[in-house]
Amino acid sequence: MRKGLSWFNVTSIVLGFTFLYLPILLLVIYSFNASRMVTVWAGFSTHWYVQLFQNQQLLDAAWVTLRVAFITASVATVLGTLGAIALTRYGRFYGRTLFSGMIYAPLVMPEVITGLSLLLLFVAVDIDRGFWTITLAHITFTMCFVSVVVQSRLVTFDRSLEEAALDLGCTPFKTFFVITLPIILPAVVSGWMLAFTLSLDDLVIASFTTGPGATTLPMRIYSQVRLGVTPEINAACTILIAIVTVVVIVASVMTKRQEMERQKAERLAAAG
Amino acid sequence: MADKAKGRWLVLAIPYLWLFALFLVPFLIVFKISLSQDAIAQPPYVPTFDLAAGWEAFKENFAELSFENYGYVLSWDNDFIEAYGSSLWIAGVSTVLLLMVGYPIAYAMARAPKSIRPTLLMLVILPFWTSFLIRVYAWIGILSPEGLLNQFLFGLGVIDQPLQILATDTAVYIGIVYSYLPFMILPLYSALEKMDETLLEAAADLGCPPFAAFWKITWPLSLPGVFAGCLLCFIPAVGEFVIPDLLGGSDTLMIGKVLWTEFAVNRSWTVSSAVAVLLLMVLVIPIVFYQNVQAREMEKR
Repeated sequence: MRKGLSWFNVTSIVLGFTFLYLPILLLVIYSFNASRMVTVWAGFSTHWYVQLFQNQQLLDAAWVTLRVAFITASVATVLGTLGAIALTRYGRFYGRTLFSGMIYAPLVMPEVITGLSLLLLFVAVDIDRGFWTITLAHITFTMCFVSVVVQSRLVTFDRSLEEAALDLGCTPFKTFFVITLPIILPAVVSGWMLAFTLSLDDLVIASFTTGPGATTLPMRIYSQVRLGVTPEINAACTILIAIVTVVVIVASVMTKRQEMERQKAERLAAAG
Repeated sequence: MADKAKGRWLVLAIPYLWLFALFLVPFLIVFKISLSQDAIAQPPYVPTFDLAAGWEAFKENFAELSFENYGYVLSWDNDFIEAYGSSLWIAGVSTVLLLMVGYPIAYAMARAPKSIRPTLLMLVILPFWTSFLIRVYAWIGILSPEGLLNQFLFGLGVIDQPLQILATDTAVYIGIVYSYLPFMILPLYSALEKMDETLLEAAADLGCPPFAAFWKITWPLSLPGVFAGCLLCFIPAVGEFVIPDLLGGSDTLMIGKVLWTEFAVNRSWTVSSAVAVLLLMVLVIPIVFYQNVQAREMEKR
């Protein structure tokens, strides 16, 4: 922009990012604290990580959470992508306002309401609550996020490619898999990742819709946190943060490389 | 051609029916239960509709529905109205704070050299990917009386007895601002980034001081981002449960927490349903507004 960054701009960025990252950084540092006291530094130790992997309850909860998140993300990606296609490609259809309302409303709906309403539904139809009810609930609210992400990719893409395929006698079904899907794939993948992390993270909706025997990691962490900060939870959080950071960085490097290759191919095509 | 139409129909019908059955129908059930009465039964409310019992029984059950729970929730003797008010107040103050914190950051990001903008953007989004619960939890260790902030201030000699921040409304504000900051920065950034910088140059050439140029040009042009950011933060903040529960004190009154208590501790499904319906009615205006903004944005593209 005009004269680059002023000192004010630089200060806001530095302070802003410090605010965003310092708490997480402190958490990570203190997970290596030898002392049981969370606030007293007593030297480096991986004691709490060892402890963590002996905590069967936490490990069980983590396993439940991962399975829920995986199924949720996969189903939500399919449903959300279908929803995005309907919203961007179908023009005006009967009940469109209701449909788009149902896609956008869950994005801002307070979790307590979503959780309560789904629980009351599960009670009304009398199904056993547990693993599958959490999964159904998670699919419902995450598919809307997937839909919005995929939609933003669908509206910017060149429809003439699809039309060309259809003109040349390709079936709509095949056109989708050969033309559309490869183009929107980055958005679909980030939709999947978003659904996965949202599901991994959810406490309120899972607490409402769970039943005996299905305790997710956030629920377990929450019940321990209410009793006070423990280094063991710090260690569990650090592992989660590390996984997410690695996945996000790998994903962004991959999309960047893909983007560069695509540009290179376009330049070559233009030159040839 | 018939096959094609069927395929088209399926693409729409599957997500439509899913959301209908698991998003809309549950709301209708919540509404119905909010009109019922508590009972010691399974499920714990009456009446329950049994379609097999015939039309007469249905009519009888229907007559039992009443707005009694709403009277209970809206009566001044109970704390519900206060909880709605204080939730709106806490969410409102937090949104203003978020705007004040987020705007300078988004502004600086939009002015940063093009080459580092994607990195800055990713740095804003990254905390969003880490667990919400973890981010709130991290503040407990910082704000508690023997926490890191107090130790730091002790070390500097600024205070001689620990500040009580955890378990107060201040901690709730800090928690909300911290957790929702990316939601505020992203729409602001996308509005500010699109801005045509030559407008500011023209203003400067014509002798407009930078601060006036900001108020007359940058701020009005960033308003769509301001609206989007404020709504994205305000609406979920009103119903927030985890932050007031973990960081707030016992006197921090927020409706999300009240609803949870009513449901899980007092075990009154009917009253918590009424609380949820009323909360939704309070939020419906900003939600509809947000939806219109979203739809318009989508159509503009």
